[in-house]
Amino acid sequence: MANVAPTARPDRSAIVPGRLPAVPAPRRLLGKLSLTWLPVAPFFLYVTIFMLLPSLSIVQGAFSKSTGSGYTLDHVRTLFDPQYRDAFWTSIKLSVATALTGGIFGLFVAYAAVKEGAPRWIRSALITFSGVAANFAGVPLAFAFIATIGTTGVITSFLSSYGIDIYSNGFTLYSFTGLTIVYTYFQLPLMILIISPSIDGLRSQWREAAENLGANTFQYWRMVGLPILWPSLLSAMVLLFGSAFSAYATAYALIGSGSVNLVPIIIGAVMSGNITIDPNLGDALALGMIVIIGFTVAIYALLQRRASRWLR
Amino acid sequence: MRDRNRQISRRQLLQMGAAGGLGLAGLGAFPGLLETPEALADSGRISKSLIDAAQKEGAINLIALPPDWADYGEIIRIFQTKYRLGISNANPDGTSAEENQAIQTLKGQDREPDAVDVSGSAAQAGKAAGLYQPYKVSTWNTIPAALKDSQGYYYGDYWGAMSFLSLNHVVKQAPKDWSDLLSPKLRGMVAIDGKPYSAGDGFGAVMAASLANGGSLDNIEPGINFFVKLKKAGNFNPADAYTATILKGATPIAIKWDYLNLAVRDQGAAQGQKITVNIPKHGVYGGPYYQAISAYAPHPNAAKLWMEFLYSDQGQLLWLKGYTHPARYLDLAKRKKIPAKLAKKLPPASAYKNVKFATLAQIAKANAILQEQWDAKMG
Repeated sequence: MANVAPTARPDRSAIVPGRLPAVPAPRRLLGKLSLTWLPVAPFFLYVTIFMLLPSLSIVQGAFSKSTGSGYTLDHVRTLFDPQYRDAFWTSIKLSVATALTGGIFGLFVAYAAVKEGAPRWIRSALITFSGVAANFAGVPLAFAFIATIGTTGVITSFLSSYGIDIYSNGFTLYSFTGLTIVYTYFQLPLMILIISPSIDGLRSQWREAAENLGANTFQYWRMVGLPILWPSLLSAMVLLFGSAFSAYATAYALIGSGSVNLVPIIIGAVMSGNITIDPNLGDALALGMIVIIGFTVAIYALLQRRASRWLR
Repeated sequence: MRDRNRQISRRQLLQMGAAGGLGLAGLGAFPGLLETPEALADSGRISKSLIDAAQKEGAINLIALPPDWADYGEIIRIFQTKYRLGISNANPDGTSAEENQAIQTLKGQDREPDAVDVSGSAAQAGKAAGLYQPYKVSTWNTIPAALKDSQGYYYGDYWGAMSFLSLNHVVKQAPKDWSDLLSPKLRGMVAIDGKPYSAGDGFGAVMAASLANGGSLDNIEPGINFFVKLKKAGNFNPADAYTATILKGATPIAIKWDYLNLAVRDQGAAQGQKITVNIPKHGVYGGPYYQAISAYAPHPNAAKLWMEFLYSDQGQLLWLKGYTHPARYLDLAKRKKIPAKLAKKLPPASAYKNVKFATLAQIAKANAILQEQWDAKMG
């Protein structure tokens, strides 16, 4: 009875009760390749040349001998030395910290601006600002913070004129805490940009229905709101994690010589320096980062599929 | 592979440094030369055929030469007008590793660098990887043996010593020695130039600290421990120290090569900011850089002309103007070619009398220790 080709969508224009409509088979080229893949080919070419091939060369470099030809596990083995283990751990900790801070506070700000009762102009102003701030990361951001809360920064001097010396009380911009604050500057807007469409997807009818059935605000969020938002929330934070994990220029401008042990800084130091000339170690470290980010993106893809089920 | 026969003997380098210092001190006894263009004219040993061949090539590709590093801006300008060759200076803030990498990846292309100015470690690595072609400039014999590869693959161009820079309006009392850096008045002020196992500048700072605190060229750990102490005192600033951060007051005390700090001093003076540069009393560490011609240079004759120019009296004096000690310093001093006005702008020769240079083997050993310990202790 059914005459449906395996890769085609049903044609709803010819609905006959009792029988599924006939569907034309997809056009085939050379008997094997379907023409539907053709428009996507440039994208795959781009991905291959600019993402797959460089990644493969990193993997090859990580396992190649430093002098001469041949392969070795030495570089990957040195990744487990204490200073590199510490660097990976610090990078992960920093990324998780900023993903959580940026994520949670970003959610609050986005919800306040995007929910149904909010004034119209706030939303567009916030989205525009977030679009700029999310991409402001790098050396200018580091300098902006040095000029603001560095040792001779504007805010620091202002506070010390009132007798509050934040630096003698243990705070310093050039530490883990300082870096978290700086990273949050671009993590929070990024969160706002990502989560706003999901908050839009929280239909007000659901809220009204829940209130009709006697739920208060807390119950609404616990049983309706958060479960719906949860997958996109989590995947947004996973994206924030990746963004912080690979940040280089910002960290370099702030703590380039030491004081916080981060993996991208070490990669930069061993790959382009004057004293250590060891690109294979850099490749091994990059491989470690690829593995960790790969995990992150895999989780993100999984959660993304789950999140989109709710929005259809 | 390291050629142990060419290990720079510490004694030779010490003698060179001491003699250099004496030469500078002895200048005061001689009448100063007028600073006219004639005084800075080259020694006239560059052959016409080389100039013609270079001009036929029409251009030279240089790399990683910041204009305010050892007066390269002026050197490039003078070379360009004198020989009417187009110069392209790629990646001015590049590192030595990037220079070697550029030779490798741009092999056979027109953009490949013709000549490089790299650290000792990179020069050795470059020779081992077959990236350079040998060339002995006409003034080869006046370059100290300790500063050149005997086969002519690379040759020292200039050296500097580690120095302290301080921004006067932030730092009331300029530090004169390493112990001064630990003063509680200098909270968050002391910065170096990048990670010591990566940047030659940063490496020099830790090695000099080691020499001043009980270590030696073979033992860099006391240097690392000094910086840990500095960090615990709250005085260490992990931001990279360069002109912008120094003049803005973000890193008001910078431990870098003397020629870099003196150039920043001049730039500060132009902006009305007073800066003091001191060579530390203890722990004077010197570091040379090396020139080399790329093996696949697209303009080999232009590259050779560039080398001849750099190692002529004019080129060497321009490097001296950039506050470095050029390789042929002793020769120039002997032939009384150094203008007194120029000599006066440098720190006194007595500051350099105890300068120490490390062999490439010592640098590699110290580097391995730094890679293990710096991040672990400072992170």
